[in-house]
Amino acid sequence: MDVLVNNFDVFRNGFFVTLQFCILAATGALIIGVLVAVMRISPVPPLRWLGSTYVTVLRNCPLTIVMFFAAFALPALGSNADFLRIPGLDQIFKRLGTDLPYFRFALIALSVYTAAFVAEAIRSGVNGVPSGQAEAARAIGLTFTQNLRYVVLPQAWKGAVVPLGSVLIAMIKNSALAGFFGVAGDLSASAQSLTSAGGFPIIPVFIGISLGYLILTVPLGLLLDRVERRQAVAR
Amino acid sequence: MATGEPLIVLDSVNKWFGPLHVLDDVSLSVGRGEVVVVIGPSGSGKSTLCRTINRLEPINSGTITFDGRALPAEGKALAKLRSEVGMVFQSFNLFAHKTILENVTLGPIKVRKEKPAAARERGLALLDRVGIANQADKYPAQLSGGQQQRAAIARALAMQPKAMLFDEPTSALDPEMVGEVLDVMTSLARDGMTMVVVTHEMGFARHAANRVIFMADGKLVEEAEPNEFFANPRSERAKDFLSKILTH
Repeated sequence: MDVLVNNFDVFRNGFFVTLQFCILAATGALIIGVLVAVMRISPVPPLRWLGSTYVTVLRNCPLTIVMFFAAFALPALGSNADFLRIPGLDQIFKRLGTDLPYFRFALIALSVYTAAFVAEAIRSGVNGVPSGQAEAARAIGLTFTQNLRYVVLPQAWKGAVVPLGSVLIAMIKNSALAGFFGVAGDLSASAQSLTSAGGFPIIPVFIGISLGYLILTVPLGLLLDRVERRQAVAR
Repeated sequence: MATGEPLIVLDSVNKWFGPLHVLDDVSLSVGRGEVVVVIGPSGSGKSTLCRTINRLEPINSGTITFDGRALPAEGKALAKLRSEVGMVFQSFNLFAHKTILENVTLGPIKVRKEKPAAARERGLALLDRVGIANQADKYPAQLSGGQQQRAAIARALAMQPKAMLFDEPTSALDPEMVGEVLDVMTSLARDGMTMVVVTHEMGFARHAANRVIFMADGKLVEEAEPNEFFANPRSERAKDFLSKILTH
């Protein structure tokens, strides 16, 4: 078990890379996911169709394939995903601004993939809001967007928290794949370098790596439980 | 009483739910300031009729005109029209995540772009009018059914509507709370509000309505002044309906 203590800085750095990656991917997935969910329930048929197609394609493709697409198709299309070098944000999340684009590519892949699941979680929350709420909102003259913003979505979170929690926890675990698509130094890549390159025994290294993921996922689960209890709106 | 051109006009309206013909060639006009009570057995299409007037239910054929204009298709114009037609539901449908006062002021602030302070003041006055000013900061679930329905009426009135639709407003209430809601509705009627009321409250129909409409099987079977209707129903269907509900 000495390997854990002696290489603590490797584990710590890996943990922080994975943490940053997950915060960014979760943010991206939530933004895209809300948009896709809104498209899927929109009164405009082409938008509904677009939303459904998005969910069908990305929910049913293995994440590995999506990662491959991001890492190989984007450069082939001449993109370095430079739009993610958001000024200010790249000061906090240094990896966003690096010359090597693989962090950004993996981020795009995980975000768009997870967004499909986020959209469905939010849609299940929206379906959980009694239809009378949206009807009453329409009856006082709110438009579709106002209806979503002021009446339906605020109540949809309550029903979406539990499935969203599962989606985000799955996303954190899925982030391990990023290490194999050129993201250096995250938790999973650290495991690889310690065992293969460093020659350390596999079992203790992987126990350390697992602990890193548990530190991310277990508190998130507890936090979501608390949010769920706070959001309980009496009817 | 009805004066000038009618406010709401339905002309040969048909609607199907799948094979079910819920509105069968219904024509009806409601004058400004008129109170029309719609009664009839369950499944006769009276709620659907009420909900077509602000297009919560789209129709398959026929035309509906409100204040001289045909109902617009889904979109901004329809939202504007809906803001001019107040609606009160059987199940109240107060916004569960907002306080009573927020329920009442949401429309004025977001649809009419009123200043929050002004909307608040008017909202409180309306809550006072329906007798629940002291409940302003509570959430819907903390109120009794009767109070919730009165709040829902205040929410509809906050939009200063040209007409009010009531879709069985007292059917979900405990018997002892029916009176307080009907009182508010009666005072509205007295103040000259145009109202279409779907209800089973025959007392309200008798004393507050200008006209009673009897529906059965999607058809508008009979319309008459309340006294006339309750004393001498013309159709067999209405006689049968009245004999069933008035004998107890």
